[in-house]
Amino acid sequence: MPKVLIAGEVQDGKLAGVSGELVAAALKLTGNPRDVSIALACDDAAGSAENALACGVGSVYVIEHPALKGAGQGGFDAPVTAFVALLNAEKPDVFLMARTDFGYNVAPRVAFRLGVPVAQDCIDLAWDAASNAAVVTRPVYGGNAMAVYRFKEQRPQIVIVRPKTFEPAASNLSPVGEIKRFGVEIPDSHSRARLVESVKEQRAGVRLEEAQVVVAGGRGLGGPEPFKQLQDLASVLGGALGASRAACDAGWIDHSHQIGLTGKSIGPRVYITVGISGASQHMAGCSGAKTIVAINRDPDANIFKEARYGVVGDWQKILPAFIETVREIKRS
Amino acid sequence: MPPRIAVCVKQVPDPDAPASTFKVDESARRVITAPGIPPVVNGFDLHATEAALRIKDAHAGGVEITVLSVGPSFVMEVIKKPLSMGADNLILVEDAALADVDAHATVTVLAAALKKAGPFDLILCGRQASDWDNAYVPLGLAEVLGLPCVTLARKVDLLKESGKVRVERSLTDGYQVVESDSPAVITVSNELGEPRYPTLRGIMAATRKQPSRWKPADIGLNAAALAPLLSLERLFVPERQKEIELIRGEDDADAGRKLALRLREAKLI
Repeated sequence: MPKVLIAGEVQDGKLAGVSGELVAAALKLTGNPRDVSIALACDDAAGSAENALACGVGSVYVIEHPALKGAGQGGFDAPVTAFVALLNAEKPDVFLMARTDFGYNVAPRVAFRLGVPVAQDCIDLAWDAASNAAVVTRPVYGGNAMAVYRFKEQRPQIVIVRPKTFEPAASNLSPVGEIKRFGVEIPDSHSRARLVESVKEQRAGVRLEEAQVVVAGGRGLGGPEPFKQLQDLASVLGGALGASRAACDAGWIDHSHQIGLTGKSIGPRVYITVGISGASQHMAGCSGAKTIVAINRDPDANIFKEARYGVVGDWQKILPAFIETVREIKRS
Repeated sequence: MPPRIAVCVKQVPDPDAPASTFKVDESARRVITAPGIPPVVNGFDLHATEAALRIKDAHAGGVEITVLSVGPSFVMEVIKKPLSMGADNLILVEDAALADVDAHATVTVLAAALKKAGPFDLILCGRQASDWDNAYVPLGLAEVLGLPCVTLARKVDLLKESGKVRVERSLTDGYQVVESDSPAVITVSNELGEPRYPTLRGIMAATRKQPSRWKPADIGLNAAALAPLLSLERLFVPERQKEIELIRGEDDADAGRKLALRLREAKLI
């Protein structure tokens, strides 16, 4: 069975939820949690290291360095240098990262620096004992096709996992492994790209990625005003507001609401779309949604191939009655 | 010497083509080109071209923009689009051997072409291509060329005094401002804003321009350098198994009411 190393992510001093999804992915490769380890590369791993240990893994590697501050958002050299050093020392068979801002930026650079391949945006993975290699599945052509890749003899085999694909593994287990500190040298002159300013846009309400209900609008809405109605609906349902890329690019709503392959990945219990045609690039961002509800004028729209419930018609007439009835249900 | 900017672009199947026209040859593990639907320049690569043109505008035209592309065969009126938008030169590395190459090989070819055509002060790329969606060619280029890489730009400025490049990065929960030494590899995202439309004058100028056409051998590469690192075992169109329940009413408003009641019944709201 392979040894699997996970690049953990730290969010607000805790292990990010997506790292628990990677533990679940790792357990698909090896049945033995002791063969799984989590590496944390950041400026302060207090708290998150204990969280990582509570996932039941064999080891937690802590790589602390001032240059790794803000590494959670990726894009810089320091985390690449840190992971390359750890991978060279520990020689795992598989290295897992998530397709977040962090993994998106760091994993390909680690792969190129080590001269090994990387499989991007995987939604399934397995270990083939016969060939002693990972076999992975990933959507390509914006989700229109699936590709199955087999790694060769290279080590490590680097796999980037799509968020919201695996249910997070248990994160409240009694620790069985140990925390190991790993020192790494990152010279001051190392990074030729320097962070000048970092702005975190705080939005009121539920985070789109964590919402259990998401209401989203697309090109079919025709302008910015209808998003107010969608926001109302989202609020009544305790959910978050999303949009297709077309609506964001048109300037009707801020890009922070964008759901899709290049945007946020969501995994709500219910996803209600209005005026969204369901292009595969959009669907790639909501493949984790349990139930999709679609309102669209075009009966041939792709969204009706993906949805569980649908209404074909004019959203301007459907939506007010729908929202009013939802309100009545919530009041009763 | 005026600053020189390279923009790397890719010719891809039109991602807006109807899903029904999308077909795969499973035995050859290849996407079948839909008849009658011309390819396009990858959308994000046009955003990268736009970012280069905005820098050129900010420097009162005193910037030279060279567009590079790698592929098995090009449709000239398609791949010339960045020229018609205002780019200065076009270099095409074109060879049948480049048909099924992976991102590692693409990086090898682009890096060699950039070295031959350079030096450049800035290398701009789209954040990812709409065919294989790998998003690692720019990051690999930065590694191979030993350059800093700043991804997901929504604004790129080449500072006149310091020669540094200042980038606003679009992130999931906000944005960052990053200043990098040049040369650097920058990837551009759609948050930059819509790429400009070619003007009639631009289209005429592009028609007259002839691209430089190179073969892999012209930049010192042989077939061994192009072998894929991963084996593609299967390529297939997934089956959609969802069974939809369409809600109908006396009119649209009634259907809206019934939808809410049905979702309630299914304990979804």
